[in-house]
Amino acid sequence: MTQRFAWFILVAWLSLVDVLHTQTPQRIVSVIPAVTEILFAIGAGPQVVGVGSHDQFPPEITDLPRVGGLIDPDVEAIIALRPDLVVPYATQGDLVTQLERAGIPLFAYTHGTLRDVLTTIRQLGKRTGHATEAAAVARGIEDDLAAIAGAVSGRRRPPTLLVIAREPYSLRNLVASGGSGFQHDMLALAGGHNVLNGATSRAVQVTTEILLQTAPEVVLEVRAEETLSASEIKKEIATWQFLPSLPAVRNSRVIFLTGSDLVIPGPRIAQAIARFALALHPDAPLPTQ
Amino acid sequence: MRASRRLLASTDEEAVVAPGNRRWSLRRRLTVALSGFGGLAIITLTVAPLLGPTPIGLGRVFDTSIPFADNVDAQIFFIARLPRALAGALVGASLAVAGVVFQALPRNPLATPFTLGVSAGASLGAMLVITLGVPVAVSGIPAVPIASLLGSLGAAGVVYSMAPLRHRGLSTTVLLLAGVTLNSFFSAIIMFVQYSADFTQTFQTVRWLMGNLDVSGFQPIVAALPLTGAAFAMFATLPRALNLLTLGSDSAAARGVDVLRTQRVAFLSASLATGAAVSLSGPIGFIGIVIPHLVRLIVGADHRVVMPASACLGAAFLVGCDVVARTIMAPFELPVGVITALTGGPFFLWLLVRRQ
Repeated sequence: MTQRFAWFILVAWLSLVDVLHTQTPQRIVSVIPAVTEILFAIGAGPQVVGVGSHDQFPPEITDLPRVGGLIDPDVEAIIALRPDLVVPYATQGDLVTQLERAGIPLFAYTHGTLRDVLTTIRQLGKRTGHATEAAAVARGIEDDLAAIAGAVSGRRRPPTLLVIAREPYSLRNLVASGGSGFQHDMLALAGGHNVLNGATSRAVQVTTEILLQTAPEVVLEVRAEETLSASEIKKEIATWQFLPSLPAVRNSRVIFLTGSDLVIPGPRIAQAIARFALALHPDAPLPTQ
Repeated sequence: MRASRRLLASTDEEAVVAPGNRRWSLRRRLTVALSGFGGLAIITLTVAPLLGPTPIGLGRVFDTSIPFADNVDAQIFFIARLPRALAGALVGASLAVAGVVFQALPRNPLATPFTLGVSAGASLGAMLVITLGVPVAVSGIPAVPIASLLGSLGAAGVVYSMAPLRHRGLSTTVLLLAGVTLNSFFSAIIMFVQYSADFTQTFQTVRWLMGNLDVSGFQPIVAALPLTGAAFAMFATLPRALNLLTLGSDSAAARGVDVLRTQRVAFLSASLATGAAVSLSGPIGFIGIVIPHLVRLIVGADHRVVMPASACLGAAFLVGCDVVARTIMAPFELPVGVITALTGGPFFLWLLVRRQ
């Protein structure tokens, strides 16, 4: 009997240690920009000990050690930081295997839909011991999204092409948002009709023929880099004159937006959607950000 | 042995040995080859703009009563498809003939337009512009094709300057080795540039390296045309000299060929044609190696027939492959290099086996 009781105590103690251990990690490494932003937004920033090499936001991460990025994670640097939670991207198979072998707890993450961003915020909150703050952040975003949706509701949704990338000063190798993923959702919520609605993939390589056939009334181009000067942006917009018959070009509705908030599905997503909405519906009564 | 006998015979203007050992005059073989391959090129070029993921009506395309700005069918035909087919023809012809010349110059059947570092130079130029975002556009021509052209010509210059002069012409062994080494060297720099670039830029560079004929308008073709024209004008002076050069520098010189001059013209013209083609479409593999061999299997080894026939078949083949690439998974398209290798490879192997 005493022996059984001792076993019970031991198992209970170990479980408690385990639960405490998994619930409140104190040394978190985040490899993906969106996750880094979420962690800081929900108040888990002080627990973060390492971030991805391409992460730029928020400013608090400036002095934190860098651990590589999506295609080149530095597993040695990650392990050397002695993390008790690592958040890699789910497709980083080698990294995940190595970290599992090292016995480091993981939270696998992938970009998904707009709704998934809110789910991820809440899940990360629970995992890092900031459930309340995370719920508040998610609710705040939901409120903002509802306000934007209300402001653009009832308006005509212009057929829009959301351009993610192309060759500099050329319309070649142009990639646009397809009919799924968070960027498609952002466009839809901002009151635009994605001309590539029918494509199931998130990103589509668009040929000249598809551009002409889909005839977008608005071309919305997003770039993460904020280093482009006003004259460079002007030249990039002028590049569309190669297709003068495109409705968006004829009506001067080629819009070029820059900023990392536009391409990172993190806590700044409502702000980014508001920028989309303002570009698509300049006269809509949008809440000031 | 049989090939060299055929070549010896082919140096005679009047009588030559055609495949199957029938004696046909050069004019007759040229007529047959050009009407066959040329006809194929013309048919492909005519049909290609009519096919695509969007159904268009020919009547509407040429209907002048509808303003061009409102006529989507005409826009798709004249802005998307026709330039694309012409770009395919230009690139296919250039790479195929450059392949013939690059194989004849070092007398190496494995040489391609991409063996001597020209393509790697072009790729490096394009990579640098894409990742650094160089804001240069010369008279409306975007920076990427300009940089890739400069890269290819720079690489050709380096390889050429490496090859030492021998008592008869350039050392083709050194030419090949310098080219292969420069290829690896540039590939290493390309990898480094890609590694340092961010994710979107890396994706863009990978896409560029796959090759793409979607030129969206005639302007890029017009820009490439003077260079391609100059290259083809130089090609036209080469066939006889290349025939003799295939026997070796000494034999060629003994028969009155200015070996060094021929090698210089051959190297310059083939580099120029490759550089212009790669700057227009990115590197599209397979054409430069397979089309010349395919043509040789059919018409024999005489460069006077092989060069024009390769130009026609190269054009027809690339335009045809591009039609498949943009329709097979419509509205999305496959990189055309996938189709060139997937369809051409097995066919070439089949022909090789059958000829043996």
